[in-house]
Amino acid sequence: MEIATQSIEGGFADPVFNAQTVFRAVMDAMARPGSVQSLPAFARPPAPLSATAGAVALALCDNDTPLWLDPALQISAAVKSWLGFHTGAPLANTPADAHFALIATPAKMMSLDGFSQGTQDYPDRSTTLILQVSDLVSGAPLLLEGPGIEMTATIAPAQMPRHFVEQWKQNNQRFPRGVDMILVTPDGVTCLPRTTRIKTMEA
Amino acid sequence: MTDIATYNFAYLDEQTKRMIRRAILKGIAIPGYQVPFASREMPMPYGWGTGGVQVTASIIGPDDVLKVIDQGADDTTNAVSIRAFFKKVANVAVTTETAKATIIQTRHRIPEHPLSAGQVLVYQVPIPEPLRFLEPRETETRKMHALEEYGLMHVKLYEDIARHGRIATTYAYPVKVEGRYVMDPSPTPKFDNPKMHRSPALQLFGAGREKRIYAVPPFTEVVSLDFEDHPFEVQTFDQPCALCAAENVYLDEVILDDHGGHMFVCSDTDHCEKRREEGHRGHLAPETPLALEKTEPAQ
Repeated sequence: MEIATQSIEGGFADPVFNAQTVFRAVMDAMARPGSVQSLPAFARPPAPLSATAGAVALALCDNDTPLWLDPALQISAAVKSWLGFHTGAPLANTPADAHFALIATPAKMMSLDGFSQGTQDYPDRSTTLILQVSDLVSGAPLLLEGPGIEMTATIAPAQMPRHFVEQWKQNNQRFPRGVDMILVTPDGVTCLPRTTRIKTMEA
Repeated sequence: MTDIATYNFAYLDEQTKRMIRRAILKGIAIPGYQVPFASREMPMPYGWGTGGVQVTASIIGPDDVLKVIDQGADDTTNAVSIRAFFKKVANVAVTTETAKATIIQTRHRIPEHPLSAGQVLVYQVPIPEPLRFLEPRETETRKMHALEEYGLMHVKLYEDIARHGRIATTYAYPVKVEGRYVMDPSPTPKFDNPKMHRSPALQLFGAGREKRIYAVPPFTEVVSLDFEDHPFEVQTFDQPCALCAAENVYLDEVILDDHGGHMFVCSDTDHCEKRREEGHRGHLAPETPLALEKTEPAQ
């Protein structure tokens, strides 16, 4: 299919209600880290952007939010024109300029401190990372605690970034600065806000 | 459906909703931090809950059931108007029953009925900055939050003790969220502060005129500031509700005549009605039982 056609098709069929459904799933996931909220595949973006990650981008991004794409997405002209057509979001020159970052291959992603961390005065001016993972059960288990979690929660996302637990600990130490993560699987979403601590299991 | 076609669903346009939704996500990720947002003019004056209305409009969907309370009551002007507003612009089901609602927009009370996971409590906030009356400059209060410099607030509470012998703050009593940010719980009576601590419901705060959104996620530490020798205490009442005989609830004083007659009744009208239906009777309860329609489905 031609890029022109591909970039126009595959948006929300019902923009108002689809965006609301996707946002509520992300909000509930952010409020209850480690819980998995189901996310219908409302969008059909070109590969390698997944349907659910595409839907999250459509629900949250617009011309106010510079977007950074990881190299796997960056090389796809189809993805860039699809995002451009449906969200109008400009592409950020560097990850530190981005409000949102879309990451198709988390295992190869750059370190978390390369993204905008916000400032001590305005910690909200940080990058929110949208990571595409294949599932939340086949990776190394992460025991989570913090606000939004009654006791503890466990997720085991696949293909996470290298030295993730160590990187996340550093992210915690920067609080209130730091990045937040939205992990999207093919049918669900879970979040790791900067307040969530990963408990390392004592041997 | 014809009467809502003139506006987008829930009144706000989609770009505004996205902007508010992004602010809500940041607020949840940084509990107690006030996220600036581009507050819009709403078809009601500032001070009538425009912040709460914008938050509700950004999260509400067609399947939600909305409850709106004003000082605990479902039947006061502010509550009735906002409920009617969302019935008109979003065509959602509305209720007065706390347990049936998915979104509860509130002005200055937390319902007596315990909230459950999955419910969202949206507060209307007039002045979100707890330090504002101590330090009028935004540049300074922002720096104080950045440096976690809250000594001034403790001095204020200490001055209360020096002057009155106790902490005299009874509403908008400052809290510390998750050991980091000092937050204004909006002008709720301090009676409600303990209900915010590790609440299973998500709590969102919207200040329309001051253009700030903040949040407390479920199961988050919310601790009222105090001193070791002057621990935080909530108000107590020496008599039960005059209509439903409830104890350990927040009561309003109602003047009955101009000869000094008065009674104390539950500020949470839903809680009071429910107790009266269950047969609890206070000393001033009328003989005839209530018959009220509580839930109205979407049209």
